[in-house]
Amino acid sequence: MTWSEMWPLLEQACWDTLYMVGWSTVIAVVGGLPLGILLVLTDRGGLLQNTVLNKVIGQVVNIARSMPFIILMVALMGFTRSITGTTIGREAAIVPLAIGAIPFFARLVETAVREVDGGLVEAVQSMGGNTWTIVRRVLVPESLPSLISSTTTTIVALIGYSAMAGTVGAGGLGDIAIRYGYQRFETELMWITVGILAVVISLIQFAGDYAARGLHRRGGRSGAAPRLRLLKSRAPANSGSRTSGGTGSAAAADPDGTGSADTGATGADPVDTSAEAPSAAGAGKVA
Amino acid sequence: MHPCPAHTRALHSTVTETPVITTTGLTKVYRSRGREITALDGVDLHVREGEVYGVIGQSGAGKSSLIRCVNLLERPTAGTVTVAGQDLTALAGRGPRAGKELRRARSRIGMVFQHFNLLSSRTVQDNVELPLEILGKSGGERSRKALELLDLVGLTDKAKAYPAQLSGGQKQRVGIARALAGDPKVLLSDEATSALDPETTRSILQLLRDLNRRLGLTVLLITHEMDVVKTVCDSAALMENGRIVESGTVGELLATPGSELAAALFPVSGDATAVDRTVIDVTFHGDAATRPVISQLSRTYNIDISILGAAMDTVGGRQVGRMRIELPGGYEDNVVPVGFLREQGLQIELVGAAAEASAPVKEGAK
Repeated sequence: MTWSEMWPLLEQACWDTLYMVGWSTVIAVVGGLPLGILLVLTDRGGLLQNTVLNKVIGQVVNIARSMPFIILMVALMGFTRSITGTTIGREAAIVPLAIGAIPFFARLVETAVREVDGGLVEAVQSMGGNTWTIVRRVLVPESLPSLISSTTTTIVALIGYSAMAGTVGAGGLGDIAIRYGYQRFETELMWITVGILAVVISLIQFAGDYAARGLHRRGGRSGAAPRLRLLKSRAPANSGSRTSGGTGSAAAADPDGTGSADTGATGADPVDTSAEAPSAAGAGKVA
Repeated sequence: MHPCPAHTRALHSTVTETPVITTTGLTKVYRSRGREITALDGVDLHVREGEVYGVIGQSGAGKSSLIRCVNLLERPTAGTVTVAGQDLTALAGRGPRAGKELRRARSRIGMVFQHFNLLSSRTVQDNVELPLEILGKSGGERSRKALELLDLVGLTDKAKAYPAQLSGGQKQRVGIARALAGDPKVLLSDEATSALDPETTRSILQLLRDLNRRLGLTVLLITHEMDVVKTVCDSAALMENGRIVESGTVGELLATPGSELAAALFPVSGDATAVDRTVIDVTFHGDAATRPVISQLSRTYNIDISILGAAMDTVGGRQVGRMRIELPGGYEDNVVPVGFLREQGLQIELVGAAAEASAPVKEGAK
């Protein structure tokens, strides 16, 4: 298969994946966010304590999450047809993708919202705020960094699921990898697909982390500020040991083996007994 | 209890006799896994308008439950809470959720917390605006009020900062500004200074005192630090095992013989140096504190007085305190000097063996 043959295939597949994952993420967030918050609110000691409702939602979420995606897709075919009018194609794949991702995201939301300090809820209650105020002004904004991380995780999981969407003729990168790469022995195309997927996932993860960290740094939990400072204060020490390691490896390039080992050992900061010093010395001996 | 002495009233001009917070028979029982824990056991609290009222006690004494019951963050099992003439327990209704009426009443009660409880996702100004948002105030009004309050607590320059960038004392100032946003008549302070260092504690207490004087704000604070009570409180109550054991103005407490709170506020110690001595505790409060009574005593009766221990402090701008002094001779020999001290308006308590021998005399002092 030549590049000019591969290119339109890959381009189409990229768009298909983006389309499916994009829409199902939107639906998963819209559906999973309230569900996850509801799981926290209805729990014992919650603002809307309702043990029965909590158990029911929890059980539904558990069942939905326990189902392998491919089974879910088949099981939901009737439902999919009633919504999209078909069980084949990109639109048809969005339905099971979204339904599979809602409980997944809901559990992540639950964990994130549970982390919010109960004192903040109490403070807003003491101001006369109702439950909706607490959700809108405390629970969601305070857990936003975690919620963004949860969304990133969900998107990555959805990209994984979407590979199976090929079984309903939805296309996408995963589908190309299986149909062309695996079934037609186009190994090259398969690896290109895998490469694209890896790049896409890395980019999404990076963007998500960046956004979450940005929010964290701006507001930060009470514990965030010292943690960041700790990282910063350690940074110079790291760079210091790296330079000493550098000297060691430069010395290792020296043809005189024993001499370089000595330089490597002394080159390392005597106070900083990091792993670099012995390894540099070892490298010297090998040389 | 004793009526409030006139001199105390004159000093704390903001204090009136109007009750602002009244609880009657307040009881809170927690049930967990079949066990019952009584946190509050019939607490009657009377906080007058414009005073700073301190509730002190060890952890587990029920202070936190008490202050949370005052704005019904905790539903009392029994009893009533009246704040500014409004029976909150009647507003609460049934069910765990707060109805509209109760929420409106809460918005008129400010509360500050030990751990500040500021929203980390909002700037200082936005934190102060939060109660105003809940009250449905317009944007312009909110920011005007918030800046005004930040000015009041001395944090105008931090309006755009995030809580994570502030020190503990600054955070608590934001907490106080936020609590004042709804123009409350009452401020509840839940261990507001317990997470702060001594110096910051002083400045926060100073601020509370200031607000109390300037705005006529009634402050109910709970604390486990005697110093807090000594620094700012007009009145205090001691809690033990969910009950209020002692309460009254600081002056009244000092005037109460055998008051645990007075003894804790002004601890004195020291034993008689010889058998044939009389040890007495002298409590100064009111006008007597400014007169040189001890030297007068010494000169009038020509006796040598040794001071075993003393704790003096300024409460509400006036010297108060206790002193343990030793007079030569047994109690019988010192009836006249002790009578002299009593005449001067001092509270006298006998310590040790002499106290037991002359129990009726002590009763007479009451």
